[in-house]
Amino acid sequence: MLLTTSSLFPSAAYAQSGSTGDGGLFSLPGILITITLLIIPVVAALFLLVVKANALFRNIQNRKDSEEAIRFAAYLKSLNVDQLGALQKDREHQVYHLNNQELAGPFSPEDSRGLLSSINEQANIRFIEAKRKAIVRPGIDPALSRLILWFLGTATFWLVFGTSVGEYVGIKFVAPDVDQVSWLSFGRLRPVHTNAVFWGWSSLAMLGLGYYVVPRVSNIRLHSSKSGWWSLILINASVVLGTIALMAGINNGGGEYREYIWPIQLLFGIGLVITLVNYLRTVANRKTTEIYVSNWYIVAAVMFAIVISIVAYVPNFQNGLGETIIQGYYMHQGVGMWFMLFTLGLVYYYLPQQLNKPIYSYSLGILAFWSQIFFYTLIGTHHFVFSAIPWSLQTVAIVGSAGMIIPVVSGTTNFLMTFRGAWHKVAGSYTLPFFIVGIIFYFTGSLQGTAEAFRSTNLIWHFTDFTVAHSHLTMYGIIAFFLWGGIYAIVPRLTRQEPPQITVGIHFWMAFIGMMFYTVPLMWGGTMRGLMWMEGLPFIESVTMMGPYWLWRAIGGSLMWVSHLVFAYNMYNMINPRKTVNINDTAIKKLHANELVDIHDK
Amino acid sequence: MMDFFNDYRKLYLSALGLFVLLTILVAIMPAISNQNNNSPLPTEEALSDAALEGKAIYVANGCVACHTQQVRNLDMDKMWGKRPSIAADYADEERTDLWRNTATLMGTERTGPDLTDIGNRQPSAEWNLLHLYQPRAVVEESVMPAYQWLFEEKAELEEGDVEVPVPDAFRKGVIGKIVATKVALNLVAYLQSLKQAQLPEAIPAPEFLYKREAKTTATAGGGGDLGLDGAALYAANCQSCHQASGAGLKGAFPPLKGSQIVLDDNPEVLIDIVMNGYDARPEFASMPAIGTNMNLSAAEVAAIINHERSSWGNSARKVPVDEVQKIMDLLKQTAKK
Repeated sequence: MLLTTSSLFPSAAYAQSGSTGDGGLFSLPGILITITLLIIPVVAALFLLVVKANALFRNIQNRKDSEEAIRFAAYLKSLNVDQLGALQKDREHQVYHLNNQELAGPFSPEDSRGLLSSINEQANIRFIEAKRKAIVRPGIDPALSRLILWFLGTATFWLVFGTSVGEYVGIKFVAPDVDQVSWLSFGRLRPVHTNAVFWGWSSLAMLGLGYYVVPRVSNIRLHSSKSGWWSLILINASVVLGTIALMAGINNGGGEYREYIWPIQLLFGIGLVITLVNYLRTVANRKTTEIYVSNWYIVAAVMFAIVISIVAYVPNFQNGLGETIIQGYYMHQGVGMWFMLFTLGLVYYYLPQQLNKPIYSYSLGILAFWSQIFFYTLIGTHHFVFSAIPWSLQTVAIVGSAGMIIPVVSGTTNFLMTFRGAWHKVAGSYTLPFFIVGIIFYFTGSLQGTAEAFRSTNLIWHFTDFTVAHSHLTMYGIIAFFLWGGIYAIVPRLTRQEPPQITVGIHFWMAFIGMMFYTVPLMWGGTMRGLMWMEGLPFIESVTMMGPYWLWRAIGGSLMWVSHLVFAYNMYNMINPRKTVNINDTAIKKLHANELVDIHDK
Repeated sequence: MMDFFNDYRKLYLSALGLFVLLTILVAIMPAISNQNNNSPLPTEEALSDAALEGKAIYVANGCVACHTQQVRNLDMDKMWGKRPSIAADYADEERTDLWRNTATLMGTERTGPDLTDIGNRQPSAEWNLLHLYQPRAVVEESVMPAYQWLFEEKAELEEGDVEVPVPDAFRKGVIGKIVATKVALNLVAYLQSLKQAQLPEAIPAPEFLYKREAKTTATAGGGGDLGLDGAALYAANCQSCHQASGAGLKGAFPPLKGSQIVLDDNPEVLIDIVMNGYDARPEFASMPAIGTNMNLSAAEVAAIINHERSSWGNSARKVPVDEVQKIMDLLKQTAKK
C-alpha cells in the first residue's frame, strides 16, 4: 500500500498549478493515504468487535446446549428398569477416583516452609481480565521519587484544567451564547486550552517521566534533585501566569502556541535550561559506556526546545512575513522536536521495560533520530501553503513532510517488532494497551500530517476543522497515550500503590472512544466544508453544515474529559498513602508502647 | 562510529549543530530576507490611531483563532479579495511594543470568514456594531461569540454617543439604550480599515490557481444570466443586512420585500444603489457601495437584482444582462462628470 501510494507522490507534491484532475477526490494520494490511515484504527476496533461477537456466539451456543440437555432428560425418563440399572453401573465406573490419601495416609499435609501464600480464592469481577501487578523494583531515591510525583501530579492538574477549558470551548461551537463574560470568550479561552495542555500537562508529564529515565539508563543518581524543583516551580508559574494573562487579554500577537508574552515564556525557558544542565550532568557522569538511545532523544529534545523558544521570541527577524515564517517553524518544531522527540525517548525506555525484553533494533532508533531532525526541521511552513510566503519555501516544507515517512516508519517498525513474541503480555497488562494506541497513532497521525501537506489536499483541508482533528489525533492519540502508559508504569513502582484496575480500564476506553468520536466527525465535516468552499457556495452555508459535526465533537470531547477525571482519580489512588490498619503490626506496637509506659511508671 | 557517539559532547553537539544549521537555513534566513526585501505598497493607507487601538483589541480577544487575513492564490479564495495577498501586504507589520511580538494575523483557521478585505465588503459601522453586540441578530446561523462587554447601557444618550439598534429579541432585559464604547468603535475602525490595497500597475497580480471549471450553461436567448446563482450571490453580498427573508432589520436595514425601488419597472435607481450605495433615509443605516467595492460584473448584478425582484412575494420584470450593462456604463459616465 505504501509503495503504491508513494509512487504517486512526485506528481502531487511538486505540482505547481492546475486543476485537481479528472479522477475526482479518490485519485488524490493525500486522500487515499488518509483513508488508509483511518482504516487502521477501525480495523483494530473491528478485531475487538469480532472477539466480543465470538463470546456472544459462545453464549448462544451454551443456551442451545442446555435446551438439548432438557430433551435428553426427557429421553432418560422414558427408560425402563434394566436400562437404568446398566446406566447406573456405568456411572459408578466413571466417577470412581483415587482418594489422594492412598500414599499419604490420613494425616493432612503441612507447608512447613511457607511456600504457599496469599491464596486468592475470590477472583476479580468476572468480565474484567485480571492484570498483573507491577513488579517491585529496586528502591528509588525517595527525594527523586517525590520530585517525579510532583511533576506528574501538577501535570495531571493541568490536564484536567486544560481539557475542562477545551470542553467548554467545544460547547461554545454549539451554544455560542452560553456566557458573555470577556474573560471566558472563545478567542481568549482557546489559547488557554492549547497552552495549558502543551506547557502544563504534556511538558510537565514528559519532564517528570524523563527525570526517572535519564538517571536510570545512565545507571547513576540524578545530578541534582534540588534544581529539578526549580524547574517544576518555574514551569508551573509560567502556565499559571500565562493563563491569567491570556484571559485578561494580554497575549503575544496571535501566533499559535506562542501566545504567552516573553516574560512569562521566559520562566518556562529557564525551567528548561535548568533541566538541560541537570540531564547533561547526569549523562556525563553515567556508569555505562554507551548513551542509551532514550537519552539521545530526551536530551536533544530539551536542547531543541530551548533553540526553538529563542528563535520564536527574538524580535530581530519578526517583521512582516518574517513573523509568519518563524511562526510556521515554531509551531511545528514545538510539536515535533519537543513533544514528539522527547516522548519517543520515553517510549524507547518504557516499552522494552514493560515488555521485559530489549528494544528490537538499536540502529533503527538511531536512523529515526537523525532522519527526524533532518526532515522535521524543514516542514514548518506547510502551515502556510498557498500564502504569500515564497513558493520555494512552501515546496521545501512539502518535500520535508514526505520525508517524514522515513523516521515514522522506522520508529513504528521498531516498536512493533519489539512486541513480537510478547503480544500475549498485552492481555495481562494495564500499561501496554496505552502504548499500542500510541504506536498506532504515531503511524497514522504522523503520516496523516504528510498527507495533509500536499498541495492537492491542502487545497481542501487547510483552514477547516480537519486540522483540529489532526492535532488531537497526534497530541492526544500519540503523546497523551504514551505519557499515560509511562505514568501507569512507574507511579505504582514509586509509591507501591496500584490504581484500581477497573478505573484504569475505564480511563483507557473512554479516552480512546472519545477521541474517535471527536476526530472522525471533524475530519468528515472538514472535508465537506473544504469542498463547499471550492464550489464557491456562500460561506454561511458551510457554517450551518458543520453544526452536527461540532455537536459530535462536543460529545467525543466530553468522553475524553470524563476519562481525565477518572485518570486524576487513579493518580490520587496511586499517590495518596492509604491508611490501612495492619492488625498484627498495630497490636505489637501497642504492646511495645505499653511496656515503655510500664517501665517509666516503675 | 559508535565510539564517536559515546562521547556525550560530540553526540549532543552534532545533533544540535544539525538542528541549528537547518533552522538558520529554513527559518531565520528566509525570515530575514522577507523582512528586508519587501516594502509596503505605495497605495496602502497607514492605520489611523483608532484603527491601531482597534487592532490591539482584535489581538487581545484572539479573533485570529477563527478569522484569517490572507487571500491565497486559489480560485476558491476569490470571494475574499480581488487578488491573492502578496508579501508587500504584510510589509508594514512591525513589533507591537516591548512586550508583544508582531501581529501579522494571517491565521491558520477559517471558522469564520476571511477579513483581508472586510473594509470593502462590509464597511457599514452600524452593521458591524450590531454584529459585535449580537452576531445572531444579523446572521441567524452565526456561531461567533457576542462581544456585549464592549457596549454599555445608558438611560439617556449623551453628546457623541453611538446607539446600537438591537432588535427586541436580543435585548435580554436591557431597558435603556445600548451604546457602543470607545473600544467597540475602535475595533470597528480597525475592521473598516482592512482593505486590500490596489496594486501599482507595474506589479502584475499573482494568478488564482486551481480554477474551478466554469459551469457550462445553456444560455438560451440573448441576455441570459450566464447560469449565475442569484440566491447565492445575494447570500454572499446582501443577506447579512437585508436578511434571507428580505425583510431587513427594523431601525437598521430597510426591507427589500415590497420595496418600491426594488419593484420599479425601471431598475436604474436600484442598480445605482447596488453599485454606489445609498444614504437618503435617516431611519436606516447608510448602505455601502457594495457593487463597486466588490467589483460586481453586470451579469452578477443582474442575477442579484432579479433574485430580489422575484423573491419573498416580489414580482417584477426580469432585467436582462445587456440592460444592466447599459445602465452601469451610464452610471460610470455620470460619475466621471
